[in-house]
Amino acid sequence: MSSLSKLNPLNSMNLRQKTILLIGLIVLLLVLVYASSLSIDPANILTDFTLRNQPPSFEHLFGTDWLGRDMLTRTIKGLGLSIFIGAVASILSSILAIIMAFISSVNKYGDVLIAWLIDFFASIPHLLLLIMISICLGKGAMGVIIGVACTHWTSLARVLRVEIKEIQTSEYVQLSEKFGKNKFWIAKEHILILVITQVIVGTLLIFPHAIMHEASITFLGFGLSPHEPAIGIILSESMSYLTTGAWWLAVFPGVMLLIIVLLFDILGEEVEKLLDPTKAQK
Amino acid sequence: MYLNANNISYAYKKNKPILKNLSISIPDNKVIGLMGDSGSGKSTLCKVISGYIKNYTGTVTLDNNLIETKDFYPIQLIFQHPEKTMNPKWKMHKVLSESWNPPQELMDTFGLKDNWLGRWPNELSGGELQRFSILRALNPKTKFIIADEISTMLDAVTQVQIWDALLDYCKQNKIGILAVSHDKELLEVIADDILLFNEINKL
Repeated sequence: MSSLSKLNPLNSMNLRQKTILLIGLIVLLLVLVYASSLSIDPANILTDFTLRNQPPSFEHLFGTDWLGRDMLTRTIKGLGLSIFIGAVASILSSILAIIMAFISSVNKYGDVLIAWLIDFFASIPHLLLLIMISICLGKGAMGVIIGVACTHWTSLARVLRVEIKEIQTSEYVQLSEKFGKNKFWIAKEHILILVITQVIVGTLLIFPHAIMHEASITFLGFGLSPHEPAIGIILSESMSYLTTGAWWLAVFPGVMLLIIVLLFDILGEEVEKLLDPTKAQK
Repeated sequence: MYLNANNISYAYKKNKPILKNLSISIPDNKVIGLMGDSGSGKSTLCKVISGYIKNYTGTVTLDNNLIETKDFYPIQLIFQHPEKTMNPKWKMHKVLSESWNPPQELMDTFGLKDNWLGRWPNELSGGELQRFSILRALNPKTKFIIADEISTMLDAVTQVQIWDALLDYCKQNKIGILAVSHDKELLEVIADDILLFNEINKL
């Protein structure tokens, strides 16, 4: 038994190396999905009426839809779009969160304003606000991205606000002022390095939410326009064919979406472990 | 040069003053010991004198001049717990050079080893960190040192070594010291005069 475990290279790695390996694998997988979606030209997703509503086979792993289009290519194209929208939306919402946290750290009035804004945005159901913003901006990718960014900054802003407050009252920041350092220097050298972990992890953890919300409002018809190969569109279209027994139209794209979301979630947690080793024991 | 604190009063809670009409004067060639019970307000006084608490009444002056707050503060406080005074994501060389870059022989007198400079604060012991925080406070612009229980957590040998180095440096560079402690034996060895906190604090 012991000789077997020595042969397994995973056993000779420490937790840090395993974490890095896992992060590398997940990133590779996500990049692979995104790159392959880019390589698919939407014009190549051919409609072929001789292949309508085919169940999964080796030729068409995910089956085909009512126009005879290959579902695997459509799903991957849709996932690529989801990843892109998720990336832009979560980076935008992190930037928003940083700006908000910065305003709240300037003075008391700024802090009251931001605390109120956070409570305000957090008190409205995400989906409702998202749908409203998306409709206001004329739907489409732009509306979804801005909608997701405007609704998802609150959690990160809340964490950053508290974190910055705590750092500002710490002895090393007070001491730094006594060494004659100005506020800008302290923000850059002391505070930034301590909150950067939160920012990176926060951004990664907004990702799954962004993707899920993009898919759900598209599914409801308030997001991307129907000609785009988004997962939400695929799922809502499949609704009308489910009753005729075409289960593969919904199951495979749905499961793939779940897998991507989970991958981002795991990625966020693993990166957090790597950057903040005290959390690794929890 | 004299450091004068005149009629200092301060209260954390209204109507419950912790410092009242307290005056203290420290010359730059002496070590003044200040002794008092825990919870009596010694650390509060230290924070007032070294500029950490701002809304007190009374004045703190250097040769009758008020102290400019934006620049390097000439009265440096050394804290009891060094680990709290260092950014956990900074390596020790950055912690030290935030104040100044001391010459090698000074680092040797304080027993700083070169390989400590490349480590994180949580990789050094309290005694090792305290050497850094003392050395950090000995910037050439420092005129007075407020030492608030700086050697409480050190063993006897380290305590002697650190105090010897600190007293030596301050004597050469005309830096006055206010040494705050509840350890009578220690103050009797290091201080020129010993004040009792309860006597100068007119509560």
